Amino acid sequence: MDFESYDVLVVGGGLAGIRAAIAVVETNPRLKVGMVSKVYPMRSHTVSAEGGAAAVLRPEDSYETHAFDTIKGSDYLADQDVVEAFVREAPIEVIQMEHWGCPWSRDPDGKISVRPFGGMTTWRTCFAADKTGFHMLHTVFQTSLKYRQIHRHDEAFVTKLLVEDGRCVGVVAIDMRSGRFDAITAKAVILATGGLGRVYAFTTNGNICTGDGMALAYRAGVGLKDMEMVQFHPTGLPFTGILITEAVRGEGGYLLNKDGERFLKRYVPNKMELGPRDIISRAMVTEFEEGRGFEGPHGRYMHLDVRHLGEAAIDRKLPFMRELGREFVGIDIVHDPIPVRPVQHYMMGGVDADISGVTPMPGLYAAGECANVGLNGGNRLGSNSLSECLVFGAATGRMAAEYVNVAQAVGANPIDAMLKDETKRIEMDYLDKKSGDESIGAIREEMQLDMDAGAGVFRTREGLEKLTKQLGNLRDRFGRIKIQDSSRTFNTELMAALELDYMLEVAEVITYSALAREESRGAHARRDFPERDDEKFLKHTIALHANEIAPRLEYRDVRITNFKPQARAY
Amino acid sequence: MGGQVAEKRITVRATRFDPAKDSAPRLQSYDIPFSDESMVVLDALNYIKAHVDGSLSYRWSCRMGICGSCGMTVNGTPKLTCSAFLRDYWPGSVTVTPLNNFPIVRDLVVDMEDFMHKLKSIKPWIIRKQEMPLGAGEHRQTMDQIDDFRQLSQCINCMLCYAACPVYGLDDKFLGPAAIALSRRYNLDSRDEGTKERLPVLASSDGIWECSFVGECSVVCPKGVDPAKAIQQTKLDTTMRFVLPFGNRD
Repeated sequence: MDFESYDVLVVGGGLAGIRAAIAVVETNPRLKVGMVSKVYPMRSHTVSAEGGAAAVLRPEDSYETHAFDTIKGSDYLADQDVVEAFVREAPIEVIQMEHWGCPWSRDPDGKISVRPFGGMTTWRTCFAADKTGFHMLHTVFQTSLKYRQIHRHDEAFVTKLLVEDGRCVGVVAIDMRSGRFDAITAKAVILATGGLGRVYAFTTNGNICTGDGMALAYRAGVGLKDMEMVQFHPTGLPFTGILITEAVRGEGGYLLNKDGERFLKRYVPNKMELGPRDIISRAMVTEFEEGRGFEGPHGRYMHLDVRHLGEAAIDRKLPFMRELGREFVGIDIVHDPIPVRPVQHYMMGGVDADISGVTPMPGLYAAGECANVGLNGGNRLGSNSLSECLVFGAATGRMAAEYVNVAQAVGANPIDAMLKDETKRIEMDYLDKKSGDESIGAIREEMQLDMDAGAGVFRTREGLEKLTKQLGNLRDRFGRIKIQDSSRTFNTELMAALELDYMLEVAEVITYSALAREESRGAHARRDFPERDDEKFLKHTIALHANEIAPRLEYRDVRITNFKPQARAY
Repeated sequence: MGGQVAEKRITVRATRFDPAKDSAPRLQSYDIPFSDESMVVLDALNYIKAHVDGSLSYRWSCRMGICGSCGMTVNGTPKLTCSAFLRDYWPGSVTVTPLNNFPIVRDLVVDMEDFMHKLKSIKPWIIRKQEMPLGAGEHRQTMDQIDDFRQLSQCINCMLCYAACPVYGLDDKFLGPAAIALSRRYNLDSRDEGTKERLPVLASSDGIWECSFVGECSVVCPKGVDPAKAIQQTKLDTTMRFVLPFGNRD
């Protein structure tokens, strides 16, 4: 049988994936790159990033400060050599995006503007109004169209990594349009599939953020790192979970409780609204619990107030926020405060990868949110993730381009058998299955609500243990699902079932990793272990797939270079 | 913000079409709870898919009007279903059909490959005679220069303009509103020198001159891009390029 075959195959068409694909062909124009994405690339969730991308561009700023801010923000769980390399590359990548046409907002002298952001000690967040991710994604996607070497498989869903003798040699993907199962082979595979927010009920993440790449790697035997570190953004719109950018606070917005008080003075007195996300989210939940939140039809909330900034500044710097307020809440943020509450937003954890995206499996690489390269530790600073996608997308693409020069060609025979096995698995377990009485929708909703309750802003042993049982039960029920849709044409129910399978997998990894980390660090706040414990837990959690439901957990020391762990106060 | 409303229901009709089984699209009717004033048409579809009929197919992701996936025809008008509120239709019913002017792949999913080719054909990337090295830093660009193309850069490729365009409905060779607006977005970017390279496609028989200036594209655009204006201005610029002695700028 013939297969589509590439030198490098990128899974995922968001900012990290496209940046990686371009880096491959810029490194070696003779290489053939495939890009498989379950949506058209410009639909990728990068579009929803709003506030900006951090980079040291100003003479008054320094690499050392950006590194320190990131490391302190991570609650010292970041690998410091990775952070130090990242801060040096970020400005180069921001300039590269500028050369590719990104409409960065500018200062009067025509240079790229910067704005303040949470946890950053100085202004270093570059932005394109408040649609930075949207503009970056469209810029890099449209730029990618000029490279003939990049061949896209749009709307194809990856069900399995092809592994031969311990080496990743491609994927099996379902072409959504035809329902055909394809083996797509490559000497190197880069996972850039984004986050997993949809394991939670209340999330800023789009429908497509289902942890696919993490689950694929985990099942192939690659570890997932620090999966207990889930970021809750302080300001999501109640009901929808739509993100209200941190730039609202960066530009001077106030966060107010129901007494009209800037309550952050009790939590982050020196930073106030520009404190890091984990601490502000905890502050909000604490205020709610102490009765100082507003009560609304969709739960408790706070006010985010920008009225004092004035219409001109809002329209210049936060036009999308005004649009979102009008469209989705029926308010004008020029005249009305915005209702907000903490919302799942980002996954610090991810596929165990190093500074060049190299995973423990030969031929397999990972970049962007689906990877954990050691940059974000326990808490990512706002505006570091767009820069992360660029820096590590590019580094991973370059590394993969080097690897394929020495990698052996992929043989066809075992691939043929693997494709047949995988096709049979999906047909038997899903498409042609006759029995079953459980619905995908019901299991997914329960999982999401259970995750909100058990693995949210604050955790306890009791809550996490309960969650492991709930997830185990949902896993059993998943074995009894029935797919109503038997069509091979654009079968979104099949896709939803496969996504749910991935989500149950990563939800369990989150829960067991969180249960084992008996301390509070960054976004992982245990009520039963409120203090950070450097003695025991200045370490990465590595979760490995095991035969039983619970993963096998290993620990790896954090790499410390120049910044000795100290108390984290703002 | 809305609140819980007891027992309110709404009828949603959606197009069903599976090319393997159906000779033509048909409408299927669902009666579902309208449980919250904040519900949008997309929430209704998601309710149907999760609780009533798992086989209904449609595209969606961000549900905040920026990914461009969820464009459909709602009661005859092209809309982003994530931003179309049920309360604006209730107590009437809602009929959701695929975007007009595109082949239907399945149910509410249309084939947009044609646009993907057109997008590429207008070379939507910065073209320069001489690339500036990264070490030289950024191109200087003022906010006024960004204002020249800002509005055009807001296009989310949602295809509502193509669904509304009567010219595209008659002849799908027409380059169409979004592709022309995006080519102008690059032509007007002070960093770009590719206007001449984009001209053959724009000025071809399927380019700007096909537009009969109905303006429906700008009416339905959810992002205020105003492609109709972009097309008219491109026509003007293209004419000037030929008639003025020094109009042939790059």
